[in-house]
Amino acid sequence: MAPLYYYVGLSVIMFVIGILGMLLRRNAIVIFMSLELMFNAANLAFIAFSRHYQSLNGQMFVFFVMAVAAAEVAVGLALMVAIFRTRRSIDVDQISSMKG
Amino acid sequence: MILEWILKSVFILLFMTAGFAYVTLFERRVLARMQVRIGPNRAGPGGILQPVADGVKLIFKEELIPADANKLIFVLAPIITVIPALVITAVIPWGGVVNFFGRPVALYLSDVNVGVLFILAVTSISVYGITLAGWSSNNKYALLGGLRATAQMISYELSLGMSFVGPILLAGSMSMLDIVNSQAHMWNIVYQPLGFLIYTFAGLAEVNRAPFDMPEAEQELTAGYHVEYSSMKFALFFMAEYIKVIAISMIGSSLFLGGFHGPFVDQFPWLGPIYLLAKTVLSLFVIVWIRATLPRIRYDRLMALGWKIMFPLALLNVLVTAVVIILVGG
Amino acid sequence: MANYLMFFVFAVVVVGSALGMVLSRNAIYSALFLVLNFAVVALLYVQLGAPFIAMAQVTVYAGAIMVLFLFVIMLLGAEQLSEEEPLPGQRVAALLLGTGFIIAATILIVVQAGPATPLPAPEATFASPMDVGTTLFTRYTLPFEVVSAILLVAMIGAIVLTRSDRPRQSITGAERKD
Repeated sequence: MAPLYYYVGLSVIMFVIGILGMLLRRNAIVIFMSLELMFNAANLAFIAFSRHYQSLNGQMFVFFVMAVAAAEVAVGLALMVAIFRTRRSIDVDQISSMKG
Repeated sequence: MILEWILKSVFILLFMTAGFAYVTLFERRVLARMQVRIGPNRAGPGGILQPVADGVKLIFKEELIPADANKLIFVLAPIITVIPALVITAVIPWGGVVNFFGRPVALYLSDVNVGVLFILAVTSISVYGITLAGWSSNNKYALLGGLRATAQMISYELSLGMSFVGPILLAGSMSMLDIVNSQAHMWNIVYQPLGFLIYTFAGLAEVNRAPFDMPEAEQELTAGYHVEYSSMKFALFFMAEYIKVIAISMIGSSLFLGGFHGPFVDQFPWLGPIYLLAKTVLSLFVIVWIRATLPRIRYDRLMALGWKIMFPLALLNVLVTAVVIILVGG
Repeated sequence: MANYLMFFVFAVVVVGSALGMVLSRNAIYSALFLVLNFAVVALLYVQLGAPFIAMAQVTVYAGAIMVLFLFVIMLLGAEQLSEEEPLPGQRVAALLLGTGFIIAATILIVVQAGPATPLPAPEATFASPMDVGTTLFTRYTLPFEVVSAILLVAMIGAIVLTRSDRPRQSITGAERKD
């Protein structure tokens, strides 16, 4: 079995790729997907630590993260559909009508 | 050990592929009988070589890719559709442990403690192939067919998952082998008649079979998601559909009809696969019968049935089962 | 040894698909790369002795959430968007900061982790469905109920947000005089 920090290292790399996607992309849906990638990275670390400490608490956390992510995606995508209906675009830089 | 796994996997794959070929023949013959026709009987004795003839025909057909299609995904989509259909059969137990030339061999590929969840997980993956086929064809009808298929499969997956809960509760385990073994004396269908009905209809909707074959409704969508496919790529969609039909028949037999259990199976474990196959063929016959009898239902009715009738009934079934188990079994 | 090999194969696919997700111009490809990523991470979960979570991951993430993404991308026709860089130097800054974060995390992990001891083998029943269920409904009952309330609220929210305000046009043809 590979040591714990292999898994944590993989999780860090995934998390950073998620951050980069969030910072660099302009398509709101891709930004959203990067967010999911970051959740996933955190989940991997949770599961690895759960195995390390032989405790189920980490797995429970992942379970709740998944449930909340499902809720968040449902609302987020609904928002995106609503924004697209009014503005015909989901480029995050064009969603600036709240700017003073 | 690893060799045993490989041999079993290869056997299951070959069996499913051959099964697909002969289920098409079975369906055509039975349908023909029900419509007072004869059906294909020219190739070989009683039409036994008809699947071979069909295969040869499909291989030699011209392979067409629409000019504006997304080529990569267009080619990948049929493959993505077939793989989950084959993978799903990995957790179905065919029998107990038999003596094979003096060494004990288990007649199942794997007995994982999350077997039922595995089935659900793989079913939920199998949506992609159809959606992508519809999208990559760059054709309105195909896209609509793909979206319909996705919406339908996601909606009925809920009822399907809920209908699994009854057998899980009765067996107290998520392993397919434990669930089958818990039915050694009495089949689950006796305790779960509603669950079995929900499983049957949700399963039919999940594999897009009549009367829920909206994604391929010829009259309104020409052929749905596979309208642009021809030759072997079309055959792969066909194969995926029939392998899934075999798979839901086998899973339904295992969950509700006692799986490989039957008279004398304890003394002669080799009878296990025979019982399982007999039950599978029986369910396949019922599926063909339903196709021959019921007309396709309208799409909005289909969604209403899934969400407003089947899903609440499935929830009620889970609730009642759980309460009864607590009251009786304690 | 086989375990290490499997880990490295999975890790390469995970990182590759994550990069593919971020770098793809076409949002459909991004979504498919993410599906691959989720599926392979589920395999890592199986390797780490969490089969229940692995199956939940495939069912919820790969099977439900990503299908929703694909749906929205296809319906909006948002596959391709022009990508210009509005803030000068943002790309460079993001790459620099990202590399910095990786380096910092690596140092921290190496310092904290100490010698590379392989993960211990768990008990046979560790994280079995029964184990997970018992924990979920004893120690985590309250969070479980809260999450179900969140899901209900999210469902209502999604329906309200996507509902169009115009009254539905009748399709019976009686009112369609236009």
